[in-house]
Amino acid sequence: MSEEKVEQDAGPEEPSPLRLIGTLAIAGLASGIIIIAIYLATFETIKENKARELRESVFRVLPNVTKMQKLLLKEGKLVVSYEEEKGEEPIYAGYDDSGKFLGYAIPSDGPGFADTISVLYGYRPADRKVIGMWILASRETPGLGDKIYKDAAFVANFDDLAIEPPIVATKKGKTKPNEIDAITGATISSVAVARIINKGNDYWVSKLPEPGAEPAYVEVATPAASSEPVDTQAP
Amino acid sequence: MAKEQHAYEEFMKGLWRENPVFVQVLGLCPLLAVTNSAINGLAMGLASFFVLLGSSILVSLLKNYIPKQVRISCFIIIIATFVTVVDYSLAAAMPVIHKELGAFIPLIVCNCLILGRMEAFASRNTLRMSIADAFGMGAGFLFALVALGGAREILGVGEFFGLSLFGPNFEPWVIMILPPGGFITLGVMLLYFNWVEERKNQIDKQLAAEDGVN
Amino acid sequence: MGDLGWIFISTLLINNFVLAYFLGLCPFLGVSNKLEVSFRLGLATIFVMVVTALCAWILNTYVLIYAPYLRLISFIVVIASVVQLIEMAIKKLSPTLFRALGIFLPLITTNCAILGLAIFATNKGYGLWEGLVYALGAGMGFTLAIVLMAGMRQEVEKANEMPKLIKGFAFNLIISGILSMAFMGFAGLFSSS
Repeated sequence: MSEEKVEQDAGPEEPSPLRLIGTLAIAGLASGIIIIAIYLATFETIKENKARELRESVFRVLPNVTKMQKLLLKEGKLVVSYEEEKGEEPIYAGYDDSGKFLGYAIPSDGPGFADTISVLYGYRPADRKVIGMWILASRETPGLGDKIYKDAAFVANFDDLAIEPPIVATKKGKTKPNEIDAITGATISSVAVARIINKGNDYWVSKLPEPGAEPAYVEVATPAASSEPVDTQAP
Repeated sequence: MAKEQHAYEEFMKGLWRENPVFVQVLGLCPLLAVTNSAINGLAMGLASFFVLLGSSILVSLLKNYIPKQVRISCFIIIIATFVTVVDYSLAAAMPVIHKELGAFIPLIVCNCLILGRMEAFASRNTLRMSIADAFGMGAGFLFALVALGGAREILGVGEFFGLSLFGPNFEPWVIMILPPGGFITLGVMLLYFNWVEERKNQIDKQLAAEDGVN
Repeated sequence: MGDLGWIFISTLLINNFVLAYFLGLCPFLGVSNKLEVSFRLGLATIFVMVVTALCAWILNTYVLIYAPYLRLISFIVVIASVVQLIEMAIKKLSPTLFRALGIFLPLITTNCAILGLAIFATNKGYGLWEGLVYALGAGMGFTLAIVLMAGMRQEVEKANEMPKLIKGFAFNLIISGILSMAFMGFAGLFSSS
């Protein structure tokens, strides 16, 4: 009886390297299959969610807009784009029901008080004015810096704002068309938002077509299904 | 019948006596990062629970086929697969929560709790016990997340699960929802658990002394 | 202040990986009882982070465009392999360094700070140089935090009157909280334009 037990306790033989590699390979393969399956299952829904989120923020910064399309800078000219391209820097054009161009929605970001602030703002080239602002991402201090999106009065600063001379945040009360009221106790965050929009304008305004020559709205029944993979973690 | 009781004990162990956060002090990274509100804590707890349960089941089923030498790598592959599934599922079904938890969903992979459970338990025990253990540890982790998230939300914003508790005149203790608040709240909670443990030890000692005298 | 400068200082001080983002807590709370040891762990971490940032960028740019769903798994595999290779390289090239650092390298693999670095850098869309500077700042921030922690714990050990209840993790967490609060003071370091 005890001999049997000793034999059993002699221990299993060392598995061959082939077995080790084989196990890892099978594990990797199975894992890959499962991941691809879930990816394909959720692909459409995730794409729709992202498109909806984008639409909502664009409509927020461009009043009266009901249609939008994405524009990319290609060889110095602004063209309509449906494909998702890596490293692209898109801006968005908003149109009303009749297809009339109303303004651009321009994303921009920069350092705030705590970390990077991501802003989307509406810009009307006809009179060179900012017509809306929405914070896409921020990690500003709750209760203070986060008023840049929680304080309706601050956000309203950007509903009708001249961009020349560059936007300035004042503490005392705005008097000029290019001034905004900084938030008490969150001056740095307020100044950051102004600076971020100025930076966006510095980059884009010179590249935009003449007022009246904006890309027209192209009606599509269903936008060409993008074959580019979708990223859950993409900004 | 004895097995049923055993499994139940296993479950309770994870929930309280060997609570992964308050007793074993594991899984801290996601814990502090997402507990700035109770709902975020709940979401992370459920996501981690799903990964823990799935991985435990799979590892327990496959434990006889995984060679010892590559077991950690296999565990990690299994865990990472489940985490990817959770990541994409959340992005599709609950995009708002997915955005709140952000990069911390993939970081569930490094949650030392999950890997630790695979190594210490699921790879050595039956399927039934592993499931009980996963439920227990997962529930314990979820409990800790919601407790911490709730405490920080109540003190830092005056809300619980988004419901305002104290009305508009409440002056929120803002630091609670910022990083230092996370550290300090957990520290205080651990302090409480230490105290409970200490009291229990004292009472046990007293009882033993009395028994000895008798 | 240039973008790279902002990234570096921001990660080092203002958005410190440990004290603001809660990454790398396991070694931070677990291994930080000796100053010398903590410093070496920090150095090892910086090195691993920079190499990881490089590999993550290569992966992101050339491979993961076609299969973003493999991101998590490929990052983990890369990190584990990088740590393994570094360990073997150090063992061959400098046995003394290996003896000093050796035990820590496997620990670094499960450090959420490394994986967190790769994921954050991907989310922020950093290019090669930004990613490397980010890794440098993150690693140095981690080292800074862990060294400060070790220094404080060593001082505290000399104190006699510590109540038994508070010893251990509870106390370390409270110290970390105060340290984190101190680092919050760095916010707004660059905002004078």
